[in-house]
Amino acid sequence: MNEINRRDFLKLTGVGGAVFMSGLSGCTAVGTKAAEQDFYFVQLSDTHWGFEGAPNPDARGTLQKAVVAVNSLVAQPDFIMFTGDLTHTTDDPKERRKRLAEFSRIVKELKNPNVHFMPGEHDASLDWGEAWKESFGQTHYTFDHKGVHFIAIDNVSDPAARIGDTQLAWLKDDLGKQDKDARIVVFTHRPLFDLYPQWDWATRDGAKAMELLMPYRNVTVFYGHIHQEHHHMIGHIAHHSAKSLIFPLPAAGSTPKRTPIAWDPAQPYKGLGFRRVDAKPPAQYAITELPVNKA
Amino acid sequence: MAITRRQFCRAGFAAAACAGLGSAAHLAAQPAERVVRVTAKKFEFLPHELTLKRGVPVVLELVTADVLMGFNAPDFGVRADLLPGKVAQARIVPQQVGTFEFLCDIFCGQGHEEMSGKIIVVA
Repeated sequence: MNEINRRDFLKLTGVGGAVFMSGLSGCTAVGTKAAEQDFYFVQLSDTHWGFEGAPNPDARGTLQKAVVAVNSLVAQPDFIMFTGDLTHTTDDPKERRKRLAEFSRIVKELKNPNVHFMPGEHDASLDWGEAWKESFGQTHYTFDHKGVHFIAIDNVSDPAARIGDTQLAWLKDDLGKQDKDARIVVFTHRPLFDLYPQWDWATRDGAKAMELLMPYRNVTVFYGHIHQEHHHMIGHIAHHSAKSLIFPLPAAGSTPKRTPIAWDPAQPYKGLGFRRVDAKPPAQYAITELPVNKA
Repeated sequence: MAITRRQFCRAGFAAAACAGLGSAAHLAAQPAERVVRVTAKKFEFLPHELTLKRGVPVVLELVTADVLMGFNAPDFGVRADLLPGKVAQARIVPQQVGTFEFLCDIFCGQGHEEMSGKIIVVA
């Protein structure tokens, strides 16, 4: 881990505040041409539609509130990204499809139709992504936007949390078409590194993906899964996890079990939220954490 | 957690997991070692707490009673796929007193996330 950058991250991290992060230290100049390419996107994660339980008494209404919150942003984002666990898992394939369909209907209310989705293990691990693909298409893909190459990596359809050799070969091929200075953003659900395997916060072959990404100088990873904000450097590559929209989880290893943090009636929706990510060339991302409901 | 996985490795924890390769002959060659059978089933491990003695080697016999499961004890560097009808083995020599987690690391159903247990190492 790059300790200097991590220290900078921690200094800058704050709930509701903007965190300015760079994958390449020293690159702060933003020229006229670069400014033309500035944009922002919104990341939402771990909505777990279908969950019921004490950790979120408003489980049937939190996603809708997040949709309203995104729609109320003064300037709409260029696009919106959902980084997995759209639905809460169920053993019943019919119920899984029902939850995916309900989720789709709710997020259709987003003003901005430019929305990208990827699965989490709750959506995809029990049927290798079959039901998810029926609603959302491919589980791994790329797209380009204003000079940034975005790569969605599926590390959940395999119930053993593997990306798998086929997808890794696809990733290698895609990266082979990119310049080493290309601006690259990776989206995943699980962390690509061993954040805390004791709680299944890892990707079995994540190190292989990192090995492929490492030669590229401007790479940043955004992911979900752990239901909290977390920032971590591996070499020059920053990894940023997002909050959940159903319930927060405790920090890794801070409690005996990975149980949700209890709902606080005095501070409803505490620990939940989504984020705005302002992208500036060459690889700077200002992260602003936003609440589900307006204060 | 009191000790990191890296510290464990540095401390010389010997661990190996070999899914589906267990055999009676292998066990017979090491009669002095304690054998503990752990059964995974939806959605629990039986037993879910293992009390081991520091420095005493143990062979875990890992089986699943229904679907494909995983056994992962990251602090010991031990993991195995548990295939229906097969016995996986893992040998560990605990050398650090404490409580350590193990879990199913193959998503096996709607109760999967509750499927974990503890290895308690005593002096």
